[in-house]
Amino acid sequence: MAVRTLLDAIRDTLADEMRRDDTMIVLGEDVGIKGGVFLATDGLFAEFGGARVIDTPLTESLIVGASIGAAVNGLRPVPEIQFADFIFPAFNQIVSEAARLRYRSNGTFACPITIRAPFGGGVHGALYHSQSVEAFFAHVPGLKVVVPSTPYDARGLLRSSIRDPDPVLFFEHKKLYRSVRGEVPDTDYVVPLGQARVARPGDHVTVIAYGLMAHYSLEAAELVEADDISVEVIDLRTLRPLDRDTILGSVRKTGKCVIVYEDNRFGGYGAEVAAIVAEEAFEYLDGPVVRVAGPDVPGVPYNHKLEDWFMVSPDQIAAAIRELAAF
Amino acid sequence: MTTRARTAAGSAALDLAADAGLRPDQLRDMYRLVALARATDERMWILNRAGMVPFVISGQGHEGAQVGLCYELRKGHDWLVPFYRSVAACITFGMSPRDIMTAQFARANDVSSGGRQMPGHYGAAIHNVLSTSSPVATQLLHAVGIALAAQIRGTDQVALTALGEGSSNQGDFHEGLNFAGIHHLPVVFVVENNGYAISVPMALESAVPDIAMRAAGYAMPGVVVDGGDVLACYRAGHEAIDRARRGDGPTLIEAKVMRLTAHSSDDQQTKYRSAAELEEERGRDPLPRFRAQLLAAGVMDDEQLAAIEAEIKVAVDDATDWAQAQPEPDPATAERYVYADEPAPGTGA
Repeated sequence: MAVRTLLDAIRDTLADEMRRDDTMIVLGEDVGIKGGVFLATDGLFAEFGGARVIDTPLTESLIVGASIGAAVNGLRPVPEIQFADFIFPAFNQIVSEAARLRYRSNGTFACPITIRAPFGGGVHGALYHSQSVEAFFAHVPGLKVVVPSTPYDARGLLRSSIRDPDPVLFFEHKKLYRSVRGEVPDTDYVVPLGQARVARPGDHVTVIAYGLMAHYSLEAAELVEADDISVEVIDLRTLRPLDRDTILGSVRKTGKCVIVYEDNRFGGYGAEVAAIVAEEAFEYLDGPVVRVAGPDVPGVPYNHKLEDWFMVSPDQIAAAIRELAAF
Repeated sequence: MTTRARTAAGSAALDLAADAGLRPDQLRDMYRLVALARATDERMWILNRAGMVPFVISGQGHEGAQVGLCYELRKGHDWLVPFYRSVAACITFGMSPRDIMTAQFARANDVSSGGRQMPGHYGAAIHNVLSTSSPVATQLLHAVGIALAAQIRGTDQVALTALGEGSSNQGDFHEGLNFAGIHHLPVVFVVENNGYAISVPMALESAVPDIAMRAAGYAMPGVVVDGGDVLACYRAGHEAIDRARRGDGPTLIEAKVMRLTAHSSDDQQTKYRSAAELEEERGRDPLPRFRAQLLAAGVMDDEQLAAIEAEIKVAVDDATDWAQAQPEPDPATAERYVYADEPAPGTGA
């Protein structure tokens, strides 16, 4: 078993899937010879050639729109949007077209594409290289939304996404690309979509997170151990379809729930989780459902101090856990 | 008709057919398609005005261009990526008047959407007619992707997509044509220019008088064709389809058509178009023009015309009655096909 970064796991999986399925193509900006701005597609051009690893013009709508057409005509496209911040020109293609194709054709057309996009802050990317965009897409029936936080999960989830018969948005946190390492088996394992992972078992407080915040939540759990607070951390891994059973099972056990997300607080993905917990586990709750989330400003500022101000920290999460535990 | 006249007409028929590269029976078939699309379309409006269907959006005035441009496509092999005025194109490519009418009545067995979409949003997986949406120009990118897959897979397929001139101002138009030009993709872009984006006239839609002029920016031929001239459209379509299939890349065709109805059943075009303009446009209608052309050339005689008209009447009546009698979709099925949880009807999956 090899120790790999999250970025390695993604690159290895793309290559494996292209070897396994000769209908798979990769397309996007700089994905060819350069191998992507983060090197997630490095080596694919050399191995599979320009017909299957396609450098596109700066045309996000085309990257997704042509992927939809190619999928309809027998290919399995895995488009890359260079930064999630730049996905909005493709929003119409994703939401109006990819998400609705199966439904609007009464099940006679399908759209098996996996749109990969790096997202998230804490990397000095400022307003337009730091955004969390998952809430926009998790809202839409017909789409699946996946956010891995470990190399093992990245590999298993990316396999499941590429093989899935429906459109998947696969968001990769930039800060985790090289900072997280883990053992990744060489086997052809998959991590099924729609299954959360109990990243750390505990008894007193449930903390629900994904992406970078799953790691920060684990750090926070360590911090509050000294206060004799036992924290259960759930890494959602898939935001849609959502694993309600794992969430509700944990909250019914602990009676306390903290939801952590990096995106702006108002209307963020965690709000939906909070609503589900409030509706379906109300009688088990021993305190308010708490959200720890990014501030409601229109972007992550560039300056170091300003960026630190924006980003949710393990200390903030720990403070919220302590406050809730005291209820 | 004297013997001499008949001989002259016979010779003209052969000339017309030979000139187009078509047999006389193919020319009559094209006429049948134009007339069938028109009759189906007119029936949709009658049903709307009678209060039997809530909405119509259709293509009266576009039919000649659509039949001509699509006639050379290979049914069941090539792809048609239509838009909401593509009634005649869809019929030419294999959809039936029943298919059109079940969409109009939003019935459960509507092949386009099972009654989920507004009428005019055609699609038929079995005929390689891609499902359409309401946002405009999005479909160009799907045609480009279909053509990309055809090129990569080496399937020898051509994708033909159609749009209005209004849609040609969307960003997806630029992104799609540019990419198709770069990769010499087997795709034909057909802009059916009827002069209006709902109420906004061409002068306020485009800085250049012909949308086809934009082709120069994408290194592909830009062809302007009279959309009222079915055979001119056929020649333009044939050339573009052949070119695409040969691997020589895409073509942008602009057919100057007319909009003989309002934008949709919810529009009143006399508010922004003069009676004189509408009258002038009706004079360019491809249906009587093509009919006169075939009759004059002796490709079609009065008897054959009468037989075609009778067949069309039967087909449209049948489609209307049949579609109306079909069951409505059951709300219990409204949650199906969000994801691939269930096999599609008839796929056996």
